[in-house]
Amino acid sequence: MTSQPKIRIRGLKKAFGDKKVLDGVDLDVEAGTSFVIIGGSGTGKSVLLRCILGLIAPDEGRIEIDGEDMVTAAPRRREELVQQIGMLFQNGALFDSMSVADNIAFGLRAKGRAKADAKRVSWSAARLAAGDILKQVGLDPSVGALSPSELSGGMQKRVGLARAIAGTPDIMFFDEPTTGLDPIMGAVIDGLIVDCVKRLGCTAIAITHDMASAQRIGDKAAMLYQGRLVWQGLAADLMNSGDPLVDQFTHGRREGPITMELRR
Amino acid sequence: MNFVLEPIAAVGRATLALIRKAGAMSLFGMAALSHLVRPPFYWRVFFTSLIEIAYFSLPVVALTAIFSGGVIALQSYTGFSQYHAQSAIASIVVLAVVRELGPVLAGLMVAGRVGAAMAAEIGTMRVTDQVDALWTLSTDPMKYLVAPRLLAGTLALPFLVLIADILGVMGGFAVSTSKLGFAPDAYIINTLAAVKPMDVIVGLVKAAVFGFLIALMGCYHGYTSRGGAEGVGSATTSAVVGASILLLAFDYLLTDLFFAQ
Ligand SMILES: Nc1ncnc2c1ncn2[C@@H]1O[C@H](COP(=O)(O)OP(=O)(O)O)[C@@H](O)[C@H]1O
Ligand SMILES: [Mg+2]
Repeated sequence: MTSQPKIRIRGLKKAFGDKKVLDGVDLDVEAGTSFVIIGGSGTGKSVLLRCILGLIAPDEGRIEIDGEDMVTAAPRRREELVQQIGMLFQNGALFDSMSVADNIAFGLRAKGRAKADAKRVSWSAARLAAGDILKQVGLDPSVGALSPSELSGGMQKRVGLARAIAGTPDIMFFDEPTTGLDPIMGAVIDGLIVDCVKRLGCTAIAITHDMASAQRIGDKAAMLYQGRLVWQGLAADLMNSGDPLVDQFTHGRREGPITMELRR
Repeated sequence: MNFVLEPIAAVGRATLALIRKAGAMSLFGMAALSHLVRPPFYWRVFFTSLIEIAYFSLPVVALTAIFSGGVIALQSYTGFSQYHAQSAIASIVVLAVVRELGPVLAGLMVAGRVGAAMAAEIGTMRVTDQVDALWTLSTDPMKYLVAPRLLAGTLALPFLVLIADILGVMGGFAVSTSKLGFAPDAYIINTLAAVKPMDVIVGLVKAAVFGFLIALMGCYHGYTSRGGAEGVGSATTSAVVGASILLLAFDYLLTDLFFAQ
């Protein structure tokens, strides 16, 4: 018996002007598993996530969630599908006009926004609950009173994670969760991500070029190169994939089949 | 041949770019308006922007109005004989302030203050992914960021202009009575005789249009900004310059529509 993947992407293409960023991406992510996508800077990893989130309209291809194509879905339905996805942005993307607690309360209340008639959590109730969610990402509830600009990079990532999990999403996206953090903080954030994904039973896609992080977070992995996924396999096999492109990337060799495009 | 065609082609390209931009802005404005009439409406954002525009712009708008009313009184005094000046200056001051200077100067002041602030705030949110984060948290950024600001701008400017009208006339009154030696009661009677309700109403309609345009320029340039801090900086400049030019152009159109018979 073959179960239907939670996320299925077929022939996804996106070009900006005459620059083909995604050129036929095929991807299956099984429900409850974590998928890691590696690839060089500027290869279109973030664009891929943005296409799934509906922030960028793809030129061609299908993006299915539970078998339902998002690209051709009616706008209202697409919004509903996007609402099951929680996203941790590369730099946290915390709302800097709000306190930390309000950021998390905003995420909590997002769930109520899914259905217009659903009973919404009030702001005061959401702020109270924000303290609990802060604890889940290893922060003291008193942090809630601070403003995002008062936090370190690692704390901002934690709060971003807290805001994303507040809405108890079915699917989580992580865009370079450890970039810009020291190795210890990176490991801590990875641990939190794994915990949250387990606890919520989420399906996850993470983007990274940090191999240690990829192996901690991912069940499966793939490499994005020149607009396509050139290799797919177990995350545990990343370091000895046998694929020359992946090998060069994971071992950081200067010589190899990957040609860095310095001018485009 | 080329030195003839090149400039023409350049003018053509610039014109096309301008039309494309105007089209994009109109579409943006209409999209935002359509969000105004579809729930939910974000009252918190609306009231915050309303206070930011209406209340915190009061000092600059008030000072601008008082001094311009006074300057009009001084300038027109030199043009009239002593005998006619009494009645003429009161009516020149009130008509200039209510019909033109109030809306235009308040508009330009608010464009510099609020248009720039909106572009900077939304632009920063754009380049730090906060706008996209709103979308992933089930909140349409057009509805959340843009629609309430457009409404706040449209409602706040008429209020500011009403204040500017009153203070501008008071500026003229102060100069006329203290420096030019006019009789206070006669000045007030002349002022009230010169101004018609329609003058005030048209000035306030202009103000509402200007307020909408200022908020539209601030939101549009912020929302579409790209490329980090530099992009936000140029969005701010574009918002102020664009709002100022549009404001003066619409001032001409509205004046032509209402006053030129
Ligand atoms: N909105 C956009 N408009 C034009 N080009 C874009 C846009 N978003 C991304 N790109 C381009 O697409 C390429 C891939 O970007 P991205 O997905 O952010 O790379 P990364 O793999 O590092 O996340 C980059 O060259 C970038 O310049
Ligand atoms: Mg990226």
